[in-house]
Amino acid sequence: MTKRSDETLEQVAGNGLLHRRLFLAGGAAAIASAPFLSVQAAPPDVPAWMKAPGVGLRAYGERSAHEAQVLRAVGATPGTTGTGASRTPLESLEGIITPSSLHFERHHSGVPEIDPAQHQVLIHGLVERPLIFTMDALARYPMVSHIQFLECSGNSAGNNTAEPPQQTAGGIHGLASCSDWAGIPLSVLLQEAGVKPEGKWLLAEGADAAGMSRSVPIAKAFDDAILALYQNGERLRPEQGYPVRLFLPGYEGNMNVKWLRRIKVTAEPTMTKDETSKYSDLQPNGRSLLFTFPMEAKSVITSPSGQQKMRGPGLYQITGVAWSGFGRIRRVDVSADGGKTWAQAALDGPVLPKAFTRFRLPWRWDGSPSVLQSRAVDETGAVQPSRPALMAARGAAFRYHYNAIQSWNVAAAGEVTNVYA
Amino acid sequence: MSMRKLLVLAAACGIATAAAQEGPGLGVPATAEQIAGWDVSIGPDGAGLPAGSGTAAAGKVVYEAKCVACHGVDGAGRPNDQLAGGQGTLRDAAPVRTIGSYWPYATTVFDYVRRAMPYVTPHSLTPDETYALTAYLLALNNVIGQNDVMDATTLPKVVMPNRGNFDSAYREPRRR
Repeated sequence: MTKRSDETLEQVAGNGLLHRRLFLAGGAAAIASAPFLSVQAAPPDVPAWMKAPGVGLRAYGERSAHEAQVLRAVGATPGTTGTGASRTPLESLEGIITPSSLHFERHHSGVPEIDPAQHQVLIHGLVERPLIFTMDALARYPMVSHIQFLECSGNSAGNNTAEPPQQTAGGIHGLASCSDWAGIPLSVLLQEAGVKPEGKWLLAEGADAAGMSRSVPIAKAFDDAILALYQNGERLRPEQGYPVRLFLPGYEGNMNVKWLRRIKVTAEPTMTKDETSKYSDLQPNGRSLLFTFPMEAKSVITSPSGQQKMRGPGLYQITGVAWSGFGRIRRVDVSADGGKTWAQAALDGPVLPKAFTRFRLPWRWDGSPSVLQSRAVDETGAVQPSRPALMAARGAAFRYHYNAIQSWNVAAAGEVTNVYA
Repeated sequence: MSMRKLLVLAAACGIATAAAQEGPGLGVPATAEQIAGWDVSIGPDGAGLPAGSGTAAAGKVVYEAKCVACHGVDGAGRPNDQLAGGQGTLRDAAPVRTIGSYWPYATTVFDYVRRAMPYVTPHSLTPDETYALTAYLLALNNVIGQNDVMDATTLPKVVMPNRGNFDSAYREPRRR
């Protein structure tokens, strides 16, 4: 057994935070000492499932029935079944990929059932050649794939209330997910249509019953926008825009128009309902900001997190996800004493731009009440703000782009709750 | 110019190298008639507004038949969005954002009603009904008079009370 170096045993910040290399260097012994494994919980030497052949092959897989409790938290708008949101259970997931079945949803008039044979995408407006693309035609185009997050602009807004909502990490921050998105660079299609010099924006419109529509700067369209056809290797789920959605890496979720049917190149923004009356940022001075597109640097500890319970003092791994719409995560710091002292977390690599980044740090909990926090820094140097700093800057009434540091209180009895700190 | 220099130039201009890719050219030319059938979006200049017209009185009839269940009597809201009132509350701790207190463009009302409302039967209103509903909602908020006629000419000229209080956060990169 490798002897742990002095460095990995060293407490690197207050209240029991240990060096990020502990689990990498001397991890086995450390983990074995953690109070997670219970002899009583172990199966008999030859469990029942070893005494007969298992079930047969299946054409489309399903998860274990023992995991059936891992679900999106669904919240529909009153009077509707299809308008509202469902949230990713971040606290139940590991790594950086969100299973497609657990990717968050936000719909404005339900999920349309679209026959791909009848679905087409029109590109028109300030172009030389207005064009219609069938789904068969789009399948022939060159594609790219990237692992990238998607976050609703209104994610985490529950924390902008007087009392901290007592929910899970996903219940508060689960309007964020991360997938491997594959599709056609929008630039390829726009070049085929020939954007005129005066074309500075485009309107993207969906084929749902809300005709969801947003204006997108042409520079973003030519930068890294894609028409996504695949998510995590298979064709898009209906609730993610089947058969084709706009995907704008790093930009607020609402702009990533699902069920895309039309792109109109325009000189100015169209000023749709969802970019004026909604998804605009009212400031304390009464003025509002339009077009706050990229989602800012953010992180959340997913374990331990809200509604979970510690299993007594001992060694734990603090872990969570961090992301930024401006690029890569440069570092994540973790505090176990409410932000008085911080230790740098380990990042699982490769660290990808505009993607979830998994962070980890060992913590020896002594059983005393503790406040856990994580603070992301992205490659532009942007630092995730504290809640008091964000609230002071944005006022009490703002709804969108909440990216403040999350504080989880660990009580002596082990309950983990949402607190403002 | 070398490929490397081209790539550096492309990066400096904010143009992804993916833009250098070419497609198989399978787009089919769209006719003016086809485009007219798809193009329902209306920007602040009102371009593309259909023929037709309506007044608040006619709109009230449509509203009370098809909208009141979700948006309340006189646009008071509940169970869904409040559509009228709220003027002067935008600096409050609990601002009330309605068409009259918040929305910057009147054309957005027409665009959104035509594409998405009534919630259970979108695309069911005639252009006259849509103009009339728009007139009713604007009159409820005292943005226009009760007898003002909304049509393709008058609607884009309506100046919303909160119009001057919006700023764009988007900055175009140096490019192209």
